[in-house]
Amino acid sequence: MIVEIGHYALVLALAAALIQTALPLWGVISRDAALMETAKPAALAGFLLVAMSYGALTWAYVASDFSVLNVYANSHSQKPLVYRISGVWANHEGSMLLWVSILVLFAAMVALKGREMPLRLQAAVLGVQGSISAAFIFFVLLASNPFERLLPAPVEGRGLNPLLQDPGLAIHPPLLYVGFSIAFSFAVGALIHGRIDAVWARFVRPWTLLAWIFLTAGIAMGSYWAYYELGWGGWWFWDPVENASLMPWLAGTALLHSTLVMEKRDALKVWTILLSILTFSLSLLGAFLVRSGVLTSVHAFATDPARGQVILAILIFFIGGGFALFAWRAPLLKQGGLFAPISREGALVVNNLLLAAITAAVFIGTLYPLALEAIDGSKISVGPPFFEATVIPLGVPLLLIVPVGTALAWKRGDLYGVAQRLMVAAGLALAAMIGVFAWTHGGPVAAPLGIGLGAWLIFGSISEILARSHRTGAGPSLMLRRALGLPLAAWGAAIAHIGVGVAVIGISATAWGTEKIALVRPGEVLQAGPYTVRLERSFVRNGPDFRETVATFSVLKGDEVVGRIEPGKRVFVAQTMPTSEAGLMTAGLGQVYASISEFEPDGSVGVRLYWKPLVTLIWIGSMIMAAGGALSMFDRRARVAAAVRAPHGAKPAGA
Amino acid sequence: MTRKGKRLAVIGGMGAVLALAAGLVLYQVTDTIVFFYGPTEIHEKNLQPGTRIRVGGIVVDGSVKRGENLAMTFKVTDGNKEIAVSYRGILPDLFREGQGVVAEGVLQPGQAFRADTVLAKHDENYMPKEVADTLKKQGKWQGEAKAGETR
Repeated sequence: MIVEIGHYALVLALAAALIQTALPLWGVISRDAALMETAKPAALAGFLLVAMSYGALTWAYVASDFSVLNVYANSHSQKPLVYRISGVWANHEGSMLLWVSILVLFAAMVALKGREMPLRLQAAVLGVQGSISAAFIFFVLLASNPFERLLPAPVEGRGLNPLLQDPGLAIHPPLLYVGFSIAFSFAVGALIHGRIDAVWARFVRPWTLLAWIFLTAGIAMGSYWAYYELGWGGWWFWDPVENASLMPWLAGTALLHSTLVMEKRDALKVWTILLSILTFSLSLLGAFLVRSGVLTSVHAFATDPARGQVILAILIFFIGGGFALFAWRAPLLKQGGLFAPISREGALVVNNLLLAAITAAVFIGTLYPLALEAIDGSKISVGPPFFEATVIPLGVPLLLIVPVGTALAWKRGDLYGVAQRLMVAAGLALAAMIGVFAWTHGGPVAAPLGIGLGAWLIFGSISEILARSHRTGAGPSLMLRRALGLPLAAWGAAIAHIGVGVAVIGISATAWGTEKIALVRPGEVLQAGPYTVRLERSFVRNGPDFRETVATFSVLKGDEVVGRIEPGKRVFVAQTMPTSEAGLMTAGLGQVYASISEFEPDGSVGVRLYWKPLVTLIWIGSMIMAAGGALSMFDRRARVAAAVRAPHGAKPAGA
Repeated sequence: MTRKGKRLAVIGGMGAVLALAAGLVLYQVTDTIVFFYGPTEIHEKNLQPGTRIRVGGIVVDGSVKRGENLAMTFKVTDGNKEIAVSYRGILPDLFREGQGVVAEGVLQPGQAFRADTVLAKHDENYMPKEVADTLKKQGKWQGEAKAGETR
């Protein structure tokens, strides 16, 4: 019964979404306030209905109701409660329902923040968002209904793919799904509405930021999951599914920076609108690539070509519609003033240009195999060498200009002044690079160079905060007060950029890593960087719903045992499918990493052993980036966007 | 600088960056891509030894032979021709005789293949798309029966 209510609620939600699209948009066109007012209640009703529907599916999972096909196929009565809840979105049907939930949640939030927004803009945004929700609810109901019944009901479920039964993955997909649809809705809404200015940029920015924070955290989480669960020791494979999440992230990062220019200088309007449409298009493309299975990927779980076609149709409709509207309305936009190349906005343009170029390179590398196969039928794979050779030469200049750009003033920057301001940071970064180079003499050259770049980002960001809180003759206490008085957005930007620097250091240090593959007998040792690893014993043990063969290794530094790692192989009862469990020991910021093969008859075991210095900085850096974004969200100007409607051309507080 | 001059400078700069990016991409694409072939295609195409390729198919039953120190050989078939693959290292969890596999490595003289990477999938019901297409091409595809069970 509860399941049927959930199903019915979803049908009603479709009706609500259609109302939310049709009436307000008609109101916007005909300038009828009463029609525009319907957007808010429709969005709230849609949210409540989808929440009910999602709750019903969750109930079916928690109660292990195997008469529901989706629960039967993806759950098991012995599964721990937390994985029964996360199991709801660990399959195709459930994850689509989760996506719908996020779409309507965003709509409800825009509806509730409504008092601050002009009614016409709000109605337009909600109308467009409603049409996206409607398309996806329709898709869920027709092509991937999670409420389908199975009669007679089986007594036991088939269980969840064991690889997905993991805390990292339990929270990873929801983070990714909090998408850029709302930025698209704002862009298309504004095109319909016809008014695109600094006020619009100020409204769209917090939403873009929110999507960006979650995507950043989600990508980092997925990367760490692949690192320890797939047992290959890599944290990024340039796999199509990874690229599918990276492309909207790159475009979204560009969008964050371009809305900044639009908000402060009322420029780059056409580009910002285009970028909003593009970012969401890339998110949809990602969904299509992940779901359709047209590209071979290590991350794709629930693939189905037929459903892929439906997503493709949705994608073409929204991207095509968005671009058509853009082509029709964009020429009406009044261009903002030109600006000097040497200025904050000039640097942000370069930032956007490089980010767009990187996005394009990743796009081509990801889709080239598809295109080639369609043209002449040959199958190819584009691997890490391509992406490294294109992304690094474009990414390094991008990162090099970050401290310069943030130090430049709006309108007309003073390059000489900036050089003076950044001299200390540049000196420290160079010293770090040369110091590391001398210390690791004879090692790979790329690592010290990358660490110099990371240090440049970190010191550059710190010096920016210092410079902005410095006044000649002021004491340290006044300086501290000034620093704390800086807008949160300034702190957020500095912290996010520091996070990038930290991640760059972690990535560069991978060049020092070591890898060994060998067959070892108990008592034998292997070398992993500064550590020695000794196989103690291998045995079999039973977990709650799996059997595990484990090898115990001692980690020694010199003669002293400093730790123990236990890589294993698990076979899950429900699936008889083996998975690897990597053995990890975090030592400082580095990690000793081991994964094993099956045991040989004589008790020896094949082991893949890595020493990964500073590797944790990659994920720590990503989290610092997300934290910086979160800090910006709480900036006064982001919270009370409408109240501070600065007169045109006024100097903004943060400049 | 005049307004027009400035605009030209900005557009010129953008053009330079985009040209650089396009050049990089085109240059790298021809250099770094790896072609995928089934055993029959390798046989027919007479590829030069030393070519880096991906091979896909089904691991032949009973063909997996383990040697010293994690070295091993196995045969991959598309139902028509076979190719011998040698590999040293740890195999993915879902590597099985009779199941689909994709291996990347270098073609050796005499229709042999030395793999440095072996890929199998996350999901036991899954058949890599390239492998499925290869089997279809040889008329050995059994249909989606197995994958259908999950629905």
